Amino acid sequence: MLTVWAILIDGFIYASWLFLVAAGLTVIYGVMRILNMAHGSLYALGAYAAASALGWYYAGGGDQLIMAFVIIAASAIMVGALTGLVIERGLLRLMYGRDEVLMLIVTFAVLLILEDVIKLIWGTTPYSAYQPYAAMGRINIDVLTVSGYDLMVLAVSLVIGVGLWFWLERTKVGKILRSIIHDREVSEAMGVNVRRMFTITFMIGATLGAIAGGITAPIISVVPGLGVEVIVMAFAVVVTGGLGSITGAAVGAVIVGLARATSIHTMPELELFIIYAVMATVLIFRPNGLFGQVIARKI
Amino acid sequence: MKKSNQRPIWQKTLLGTATSVAMASVGVMGMAATASAEESFKVGFVTFLSGGASGPFGVPAAQGADIVIKAINEGSLPAPYNTKGVNGLTLESVVVDEAGGPTKQVEEYRNLVQRQDVNAVIGYISSGDCLAIGPVAEEMKMFTIAFDCGTSRLFQEIEDPQYMFRTGLDAVADNVGAARYLAETRPDAVRIAGIQQNYAWGQDSWQDFTLAMEQLMPEAEIVNNQTPQLFQGSYSTEISALQTQRPDIVHSSMWGGDMESFTAQANVRGLLSQATAILTTGESGLHRFDGQAPNGTILGGRGPFGGFMPENDLSEWFTEAYIAEHGTPPSYPASKAAQAVLALKFAADNSGTDGVPSSEQLAEALKGAEFESVSGTVRMALAGGHQALQPMSYGEYHFEDGEAELRNVRSYPGECVSAPDGYNAQQWIKEGFPGVDCN
Repeated sequence: MLTVWAILIDGFIYASWLFLVAAGLTVIYGVMRILNMAHGSLYALGAYAAASALGWYYAGGGDQLIMAFVIIAASAIMVGALTGLVIERGLLRLMYGRDEVLMLIVTFAVLLILEDVIKLIWGTTPYSAYQPYAAMGRINIDVLTVSGYDLMVLAVSLVIGVGLWFWLERTKVGKILRSIIHDREVSEAMGVNVRRMFTITFMIGATLGAIAGGITAPIISVVPGLGVEVIVMAFAVVVTGGLGSITGAAVGAVIVGLARATSIHTMPELELFIIYAVMATVLIFRPNGLFGQVIARKI
Repeated sequence: MKKSNQRPIWQKTLLGTATSVAMASVGVMGMAATASAEESFKVGFVTFLSGGASGPFGVPAAQGADIVIKAINEGSLPAPYNTKGVNGLTLESVVVDEAGGPTKQVEEYRNLVQRQDVNAVIGYISSGDCLAIGPVAEEMKMFTIAFDCGTSRLFQEIEDPQYMFRTGLDAVADNVGAARYLAETRPDAVRIAGIQQNYAWGQDSWQDFTLAMEQLMPEAEIVNNQTPQLFQGSYSTEISALQTQRPDIVHSSMWGGDMESFTAQANVRGLLSQATAILTTGESGLHRFDGQAPNGTILGGRGPFGGFMPENDLSEWFTEAYIAEHGTPPSYPASKAAQAVLALKFAADNSGTDGVPSSEQLAEALKGAEFESVSGTVRMALAGGHQALQPMSYGEYHFEDGEAELRNVRSYPGECVSAPDGYNAQQWIKEGFPGVDCN
């Protein structure tokens, strides 16, 4: 019974982290039809920015947990929004309308560039900022323990998920974005400034990636190559759920999270295999993912 | 954030940038500006300058080698290396990034030998790279020292090695040493679990450790082994899975950022107060844990390196020089790189020739030799004189008043942890360590 509880708790905690990482990726694809490989680098930038800022804060004698969270959020939002703005205005804007595969290659190039930029700025030494993670302690359930910080990540993930849903479904901007998703040309004809909406969407998607990195920074050693590792997992989640669907990303994250937790607790040697086995199984029966929509080709 | 406590961020930025640029692909260090080809000895130095292994291993190794190379050229090393240069020649190094995998490294190696005209090669942290380079070194007849890689198959796959050497221990010694330390210090431990990175290093380490435990602590039960992805970073689920198995001991061969992340997370989650962790590469975190590992955590340093270095003139000089340059004591990768450079100087100085010694002369000088190093006296006594035989050390981490140190350190002679020539390492363990000498 303890193992079942452990699988459920670990599965949902991991799913919440996966959703945080994948949300920005799926928002950008849903609106802009860009499979943003650079999302991994935005995650890494958020992690490095938060780890550096927390380092300054704690080295300067700071010890307030609430301030640490403000610092994580502020540093990740700043670096994510700014980098997103630069990428969209400086590069992607010049290439709209091109084939999706070409855009994927372009963003992959951005990923490689940003990986080196990170090394130039932060070097190769691992950064760690465990203070917030340690300060939040743990909850004991028999021999099992749950980190308070992990529960906080779960809560943040829920807030971001609900916020994204509300933004897309209940606000004017959301309605405009949905009209663009449905038909970009008609939206433009109706007077929607699609380019401006693209900029806003990309900045929000990039910021979500950076926030995921910033929140993860106190849990891990922030090392070069971090973004490349993450982007593969994020793709597995969004492809399982259906590219471009927030609901799909959430459901995909839960499925992958629970499958992985079950594997780790029962057959640890299959940990990696199980994630891709789930993805492959879903794609066999639903080639567009669980919540993906079939798009008719315009001739 | 631990690292930035030691240097301001702008310094880190400058250092990181300088390191990346200066060492990128083909950097040159320790080169006298006026040195001509005739009066210099050129060594290729291959280490990770990018990727996850660069921060904890590759760059410290490059820094350790750089310090020794500079001192060799200045003639400022303690005896017996207090002569200037190698065999009187200025030592010049060409630094190559080890990232990219074995196929790329074979290309880089050929490039070093055929285009860069190096006289020797030192390098290789990755076991995969070592296994790929070994046969190529023999084919190209190039004197090559592997300074860190741990695979026990290196000299099993080279029949009658002539040019390939390794100046450190293999992973078998790490894990036999770990089992011996547990048998002596935790004889009552019953439930043994593990967590290893999911690739050859982790799988081989766990196999060697569990085989050794069957011999040394037959009452102990292996209850679980987790195999997370390399560079996974977050180990929340694995820690839960370990906790549900209620282990007394958690063995891990994870290295670098992965090892540090796991330790910090397991500490916060309480796993490390429920069980004692034994980290075979934990020494590289000795001055980085900053109290994030509980006192009593057992650390290894892949031999008498880093915090396990014995007190001698060379280790004291190296520690002081490294702290002066980098603000922190050398970790084991830095010490191992320094040892390999000292081995090169020993071989060149004893080659019995004038000018640049040939690969054959260098190999003849180092084969079966004993030379002084930062880790004490090194005997090239395995693999027909091509592999170092050294003690293996383990100790307990202790952090107090902002200072980290190793306590309850125990050292096991090389003959106690390494399979003698003629034995497959796993077979040697399974047969109960025939020929073992732990005195």
